[in-house]
Amino acid sequence: MASTFTYSDADLAKFREIQQLAYDCAEKTAAWIEPGVTERQATDRLRRHLVAAGVTDFFHVPFAWFGDRTAFRHFHTPLQFFAGGRVLQEGMPYVLDCAPVVDGYTADIGYGGKVGENRIWDRLAQDLQIYRELILREVRARKPLNEIYAAVDAQIAAHGYDNRHQVYPGRVIGHQVTRNTSRAPAGVNLFGFGLRTLQTLGRELIAERLHGRSPLWADGRSSRHAPTPGLWAVEPHIGFRDTGIKFEELLVVTEDDAYWLDDDLPHVRRWAEPARGGSDRTEQAEAAR
Amino acid sequence: MTDRTEPRRSFVHSAGIDLAVFEQGDPQGPTVLLVHGYPDTHVVWDDVAADLAADHHVVRYDVRGAGESGIPDSREGYRLALLAADLFAVADAVSPDRPVHVVAHDWGSLQSWEAVTEPGAERRLASYTSISGPCLDHMGHWIRHRMRRPTPRHLRQLLVQGAHSWYITAFHLPLLAPATWRFGLARAWPRVLRDLEEVSPRAGHPQPTLRQDAVRGIELYRANMRPTLRSPRERPTKVPVQLITLQRDHYVNTFLSEGLERWVPDLTRRQLNATHWSALLEQGPKVAGMVREFTGRIENGSSGVGSSTGGSTGPLVVITGAGSGIGRATALAFAEQQQATVVVCDLDLAAAQRTAELVDLLGGAGHAYQVDVSDGPGMDAFAQTVAATHGVPDVLVNNAGIGHSGTFLQTTEKEWQRVLDVNLWGVIHGCRAFGSLMAERGQGGHIVNLASAAAYLPSKVLAAYATSKAAVLMLSDCLRAELATSGIGVSAICPGIVNTNITRTSTFSGLTAEQQAAKQARVSKLYARRGFPPEKVATEIVKAVRTGKPVVPVTAEAKAARLVGRLWPGLLRQLAKLNAG
Repeated sequence: MASTFTYSDADLAKFREIQQLAYDCAEKTAAWIEPGVTERQATDRLRRHLVAAGVTDFFHVPFAWFGDRTAFRHFHTPLQFFAGGRVLQEGMPYVLDCAPVVDGYTADIGYGGKVGENRIWDRLAQDLQIYRELILREVRARKPLNEIYAAVDAQIAAHGYDNRHQVYPGRVIGHQVTRNTSRAPAGVNLFGFGLRTLQTLGRELIAERLHGRSPLWADGRSSRHAPTPGLWAVEPHIGFRDTGIKFEELLVVTEDDAYWLDDDLPHVRRWAEPARGGSDRTEQAEAAR
Repeated sequence: MTDRTEPRRSFVHSAGIDLAVFEQGDPQGPTVLLVHGYPDTHVVWDDVAADLAADHHVVRYDVRGAGESGIPDSREGYRLALLAADLFAVADAVSPDRPVHVVAHDWGSLQSWEAVTEPGAERRLASYTSISGPCLDHMGHWIRHRMRRPTPRHLRQLLVQGAHSWYITAFHLPLLAPATWRFGLARAWPRVLRDLEEVSPRAGHPQPTLRQDAVRGIELYRANMRPTLRSPRERPTKVPVQLITLQRDHYVNTFLSEGLERWVPDLTRRQLNATHWSALLEQGPKVAGMVREFTGRIENGSSGVGSSTGGSTGPLVVITGAGSGIGRATALAFAEQQQATVVVCDLDLAAAQRTAELVDLLGGAGHAYQVDVSDGPGMDAFAQTVAATHGVPDVLVNNAGIGHSGTFLQTTEKEWQRVLDVNLWGVIHGCRAFGSLMAERGQGGHIVNLASAAAYLPSKVLAAYATSKAAVLMLSDCLRAELATSGIGVSAICPGIVNTNITRTSTFSGLTAEQQAAKQARVSKLYARRGFPPEKVATEIVKAVRTGKPVVPVTAEAKAARLVGRLWPGLLRQLAKLNAG
């Protein structure tokens, strides 16, 4: 199946386009977000932006987490991943996560933000860059996925943070993304995942298992293999005390190389800014110059 | 010591009474108003005043009914409201245009609290240093809170403080209290101070008027104690307060100030290793030093944030091996819970710097140094640097340590040397270098040594490691006894199996490099699976510093091993033969 790299440049352009669209909707939602908004309201807003932009199906339903929920504190059941009634307050961090599908092309993004002052968030946001570079370096060296996972965890420990991707189902830090070819009805969700997604994912799981690989990237036995060529949605998630942040974006892995699908993303632009991790407003100001 | 010139005396009229006021020092300097307690007069401040007069305008007065001041004609004349009015009257007379810094002791402190917690007091009072005298209203709430939630700890506090306050009850008995003072206690007072308070006798003290002062002063208790404690008022204050706790105080316990932050948002806590009276009569310059530091900070407009060391208002904590694991977690816990200034050291400077950055993020002030704890002269130099740059630490945590596994016969001399150098000598160097500084300073403090459950849990495969840790445990026990008189507590922490870096750097006797790596990975995984985070150990360490608990087994296995070791030591000796560790 996806053992060799099968995407044309046109396919990659489509993937890039939908990833841009997803980040664009997240930024629009972030610009609208203010103290008093609940997670559910933020999720609704994000979904409406996506649907308005032509999204008909979702890899998984959009999520929003506020405050200490960005660090996945006190998460015990998968149900707690869904957006809840938590109200955003001044100084709180938030994370928006969505995975729109258009024409079978899928994106899966994570967007971290904050309202007002939060020094811990600023520092975490700055440090995320190290993980983005580390992952790319290790994948290019074609290290086994579980070893890359361990390297990310070691970096998190050195930073003095907690690895929050460990709380994700299966403790995954990433998963493969393919062009969705399912004919199941679009827009139908089961356990938070689109029906088409589940069907495609199920098919891939079986196919990859036959090759002794896994489309899910975790720290276990099934990830003891070199990165499979294809597209991977990678989401290192770090937390410190009650503040958490992550990015999620597509990594392109070919037979002998790897690169991030797109470098023109909010978190990457933030690192290019001088000194401090700025707010959305300063980002827009930078872009306008 | 400086200006010993006679104070200038004048009188200030307040609520029908003439108060004798004594001024000295530089009239242009910030005004410090010293309020004495019971059964003293302004004379009790002599040493403190002489020291402060060098750069402050020092004002003292005899409170109503004492020394040269007027005498109220009824019990009503001793009510707290009048005492507070006296304080404001003196402040207005000696410094009409500038707020004054109040420093008070014992009953002086009680009545100054009344003034400090008056609405709008912050306009007249620039700061307040309170020694050994709680606010009666706060105390009332303190008692109520403990009555409502009678946990064992709360009940113990109530009982202990009740026992220490026996004299207050006695003062309410008619005839007896005045008679005691009249017929003997006044004459015996110098001896009481010498034997119970460790105050060496001196000329001119106690004051010649002691007998009358003490008898009249009883009215202070009778007029105020019961009514205020029975129906305490809500008394918050915006005045910055420095609370000096006396560690060997026979009358006011340190735990009385628990939760004081509720009423005083801008609170600085200091400790002094002194008894109730030796603080002023024996350690005047030290008290003056604390007052000078505090007034200096307020005058420079940096109240609330920034102490002498800058950046934080909490204690100064030194932690070795703080680049990761329990050391780092402890640094963060002190920063988070006490806004501490944390000096961290580690062999790995980058890791220590990272810890210092995280300390800053959490509201403390972090400073990183590269130190090898096994290097004695290096540790001495480090202690001198810390003392010169940041001050003498309030808390020292000897955390640095290495893991090593191997039976006695497998372990080479070199390995023994290394384990003992770091795990035992590191602690010895730390305790020597910083312990002597802390004892010399005389403000008490706390030393925490990281031992291990292996200290009392023998294992044939941990010969060197367990030996080093057992030595640390015993060292802590001996040191605790020695430093008790200096008011320095010592705690030994025995964590047990905790998920830290130690397993990833542990060494194993008799294995090749490859086997070592494999074993490290295996043991690390085991420790990780146990899943006990270093943060929980850090919480126990901060708690041990607060409570002074001597030995702290942390995890369930550490507690169980300690219990089994006491009840059935033979079983531990049998288990030691297993190949576990």
